[in-house]
Amino acid sequence: MSWGFLRDLLSGVNKYSTGIGRIWVAVVFIFRLLVYIVAAENIWKYEHDEFECNIKQPGCENVCFDHFFPVSHIRLWALQLIMVSTPSLLVVFHVTYRENREKRHNQKLYKSPREIDGGLLYTYLISLILKTGFEIVFLVLFYKLYNGFKVPRLVKCDIRPCPNSVDCYISKPTEKMIFLYFLVATSCLCIVLNLSELSYLIFKYSIKCYLKRVIKKRQ
Amino acid sequence: MDWGALHTILGGVNKHSTSIGKIWLTVLFIFRIMILVVAAERVWGDEQDDFICNTLQPGCKNVCYDHFFPISHIRLWALQLIFVSTPALLVAMHVAYRRHEKKRQFRKGDQKCAYKDIEEIRKQRFRIEGSLWWTYTSSIFFRLVFEAVFMYAFYFMYDGFRMPRLMKCNAWPCPNTVDCFVSRPTEKTVFTIFMIAVSSICILLNVAELCYLLTKFFLRRSRKAANPKHHPNHENKEETKQNEMNELISDSCHNTVIGFSS
Repeated sequence: MSWGFLRDLLSGVNKYSTGIGRIWVAVVFIFRLLVYIVAAENIWKYEHDEFECNIKQPGCENVCFDHFFPVSHIRLWALQLIMVSTPSLLVVFHVTYRENREKRHNQKLYKSPREIDGGLLYTYLISLILKTGFEIVFLVLFYKLYNGFKVPRLVKCDIRPCPNSVDCYISKPTEKMIFLYFLVATSCLCIVLNLSELSYLIFKYSIKCYLKRVIKKRQ
Repeated sequence: MDWGALHTILGGVNKHSTSIGKIWLTVLFIFRIMILVVAAERVWGDEQDDFICNTLQPGCKNVCYDHFFPISHIRLWALQLIFVSTPALLVAMHVAYRRHEKKRQFRKGDQKCAYKDIEEIRKQRFRIEGSLWWTYTSSIFFRLVFEAVFMYAFYFMYDGFRMPRLMKCNAWPCPNTVDCFVSRPTEKTVFTIFMIAVSSICILLNVAELCYLLTKFFLRRSRKAANPKHHPNHENKEETKQNEMNELISDSCHNTVIGFSS
């Protein structure tokens, strides 16, 4: 069980998406998942070993590291990727439900089980809103937990058992900051894609409804 | 999810590329991605552990390392490869869109559509003309831009392509000036020069492909202007020959790339 599972999941979702949805899947695969696996993971690999405090007091380094990194950036990043990809499963489940229903009743109940209309449209819209919601929640969480997206070189720590105030040095702060900004940029791009897909679908189906009403009135 | 997945995604684009495009893709996967994964990553693997400064001052090593390597070579190459591979997706999306349109026409029972079944549409190879030509040419242009930007960023950040053995550091908290020693500087220099050389080859291939496409475009235009009533059979013969050649080259390239990936 690894990231390959997420990749297979998203490939499945691709089939039922609109054009913008497919661009979203490509952005998530290449600019978020691939970058995470081939580059970002290695930067944070030895973050605890390389975190150094100017003190010999045993336990001080551990306590300070835990204080400044309650949840590591890289773990939050992984959680964000998982949570943001999961709402698409709702659409997959709904389509499978439709197809099973047609099989059970042995008759054509829908114009096409994969076409985004009726109940599937609402499921799709809900999945888009959830995706956007999760993105925003994680960005806010990052911002609040780490006081912005900057990674300082030096942090001052004065928690027991550290005597007085101790200088602690974070490893590779510039590289971590660059990749955090990259994460924020791709998150914002995904939010923009989700919002445009949402407005596109709402617009398309309101026009459809309006035209249907107009035709009915004429008849 | 790793470089293999990128290979699967880009492999699909291979079918619709020109011969130079196929060579570019092979060079990308064998001489850049594969070298990065099997060799370069090992060389840079212990970079911070073996970066040693002549001081016992805690924190000095971290700060000096961060000062001299704001972003590691290996990460910069990984980002460069990702960005350089991405424009090919534009072509893949355009081809998928065209296929989707043809499938829709086929389902409607359009008489213009000359396919026997959906499988034929799926396997069809589109020629690079019309709007696909513009998409393909812009993808090559973006590739060139990304390659050049990353090469310049590399040169700018590391003051050239050599990895020095010794760096002098006086960032706080290091007392006065401290000597810091980089691990495996010669091996890193060799790989840096290799990656830069292959990048340059890829830039040349992209420029050649761009020139080839532009030449083809202008020749076609001048032919149309000179012969407004062109003879369809003659053009088809030439193009089927080119198609056959492209198929042969694509099959051999495809086999080479598949052979390496398995």
